[in-house]
Amino acid sequence: MTSYMIRKFKDKLAFILSFLCVLVAIIPLGSILMEVVKNGAPALSIQFLTSPPGAVGEAEGGIASSIQGTLILIGLTSLIGVPLGLMSGVYLAEFGDNVLGRSIRFFNDVLMQFPSIVVGIFVYMLMVLALGSFSTIAGAVALSIIMLPIVARTTEESIKLVPNSTREAAMALGIRRWRTIISIVLNSARSGIVTGTLLSIARIAGETAPLIMTILGSQWFFAGLKAPMDALPLRVWRLALLPYDYAHQQGWGAALILIIIVLTLNVGVRFATRGRYTGR
Amino acid sequence: MVSRTRQKMIPSMTSFSERNNKVLDKKTGWSGDRFFKFLAAVLAFSVIVILVLMIVELTEGSLPVLNKFGINFVTGVDWNPVEGRESFGILPYILGTLITSSIALIVGVPISLGIAIFLAEMAPSVVKTPLSFIIELLAAVPSVIYGLWGIFVFRFWVRDFVEKPVSTYLGFIPIFQGTPFGLDILTAGIILAIMIIPTVSSVSREVLVAVPNSQKEAAYSIGATKWEAIRIGVLSYARSGLAGAAILGLGRAVGETMAVTMVIGNAVGAAALPTSFFRGGQTMASLIANEFNEANPVSLHPSALIGVGLVLFIFALAINVFAQILIWRIVRVRRGAAE
Repeated sequence: MTSYMIRKFKDKLAFILSFLCVLVAIIPLGSILMEVVKNGAPALSIQFLTSPPGAVGEAEGGIASSIQGTLILIGLTSLIGVPLGLMSGVYLAEFGDNVLGRSIRFFNDVLMQFPSIVVGIFVYMLMVLALGSFSTIAGAVALSIIMLPIVARTTEESIKLVPNSTREAAMALGIRRWRTIISIVLNSARSGIVTGTLLSIARIAGETAPLIMTILGSQWFFAGLKAPMDALPLRVWRLALLPYDYAHQQGWGAALILIIIVLTLNVGVRFATRGRYTGR
Repeated sequence: MVSRTRQKMIPSMTSFSERNNKVLDKKTGWSGDRFFKFLAAVLAFSVIVILVLMIVELTEGSLPVLNKFGINFVTGVDWNPVEGRESFGILPYILGTLITSSIALIVGVPISLGIAIFLAEMAPSVVKTPLSFIIELLAAVPSVIYGLWGIFVFRFWVRDFVEKPVSTYLGFIPIFQGTPFGLDILTAGIILAIMIIPTVSSVSREVLVAVPNSQKEAAYSIGATKWEAIRIGVLSYARSGLAGAAILGLGRAVGETMAVTMVIGNAVGAAALPTSFFRGGQTMASLIANEFNEANPVSLHPSALIGVGLVLFIFALAINVFAQILIWRIVRVRRGAAE
């Protein structure tokens, strides 16, 4: 065998090995989706989706309060996290070319990868101890801290794609800079910002760890901002750890609903903005 | 994308408008613009405020336990929250975190690198987008669902295909001792490997794409094959960025909570010292998740758990800052040059 053939062979081998890596990563994803559908679908029923959890040990009840809790958390978190993240992104993109901007961008990236359980402890110290009880609002604050850097980053990236000529045209018409940013720049960057926001919602909808020490979990429906509440991921966890078969089946059912919410957001966003936005 | 190329083609346009903005800022510093900029700056600054407040709160919360146990808190192995006989040493959980994360890196990083190479350099453009989308979906699956899958499905794969054969033939080696049960350090490490794949592969890919084409062209010009061009021209050039991607993966693995909590077996105290892959262990994050709601609020127990959180915070901060610096050197420098 000539050295050329060996080199060609190595080239082929590298191609095959790297392709195998992709396959290896797809197997768990396929298995997870299959198992969740296979085990979760039989648990679904009208009663399961409309009633709160029953007493522990009895195969009754459902996950209605958990679904409600997750939706409330998504709403409240977006209310806090989106404006904050949006304005941070605007600052970074429009005024961020200085030391302050660079350091904010750096720590934003750091916070984006931060362990969510540490965020949970932080909000526990900040709000749960201060207010004296586990509460819905503490959960929303914790999730906002997770959402903020994601929204800020995607907003910045999308605004940077808006051509400068657009800003210059607005300037030539004598429009104030803040009006330009709000009405023209943000409008042009809309699809990227919406994408980022929806993806950040998908991310926080599945967060469990920070909820343990903020909303705690509950057997009942929403009882006010200052009371504990349930959420889907929390319910999946609690059900999975119970030593009953019915609980495991309910856990798979709750997981199915959760994964439907998360994947719908992810897949939907990709299809809606296909070709227009391809950021990380 | 069109706009981006246009900006690149007319670089003077950018600098002109920036100069223009600065002039406008100065001459017509109308309060509306100033107020808007100030408001945006204040809100953007909240990121830094949050990180600083975290340090303050976590330190304050763990002071009681740090005062009482001092350095023994991080070097001790006993864990007993019963009042009157309290003892809090978190060494087993620090080691548990390090061992599971190392398994995650050893298993996950080569696979992620392979994915990044395939998607950045080798794949035909038709399959690039769908494949990278599928890999990204791995990141979308909530941690708790990985845990559920881990308890009821994956643990049996690990037990039957890895642990049983290894324990039959290599069971005499201390690190492979213990009954293959599937809920142990090895399973936790491999689940973590799966979970860091999307992060590591997407950042690696970004780093690889950022390598200037001339690197590869030079290799091709001396007759390199595709793989040789990637190895000589791209991988060696991107080394520090790839290391950054791996360390970013380490950061995720260290802080990952729910999936690990559900499959690691949750040992406590000296039993949690990671002596064998096939024994139950505990990480810092899983300990907090397991015990936080059971802790008696007036005892030292919550303070000890917050102390664990503080140590985890320090780990995560150091790892993430280091990783960001490595990645920025490659990716941002090149972006800055292009704009």
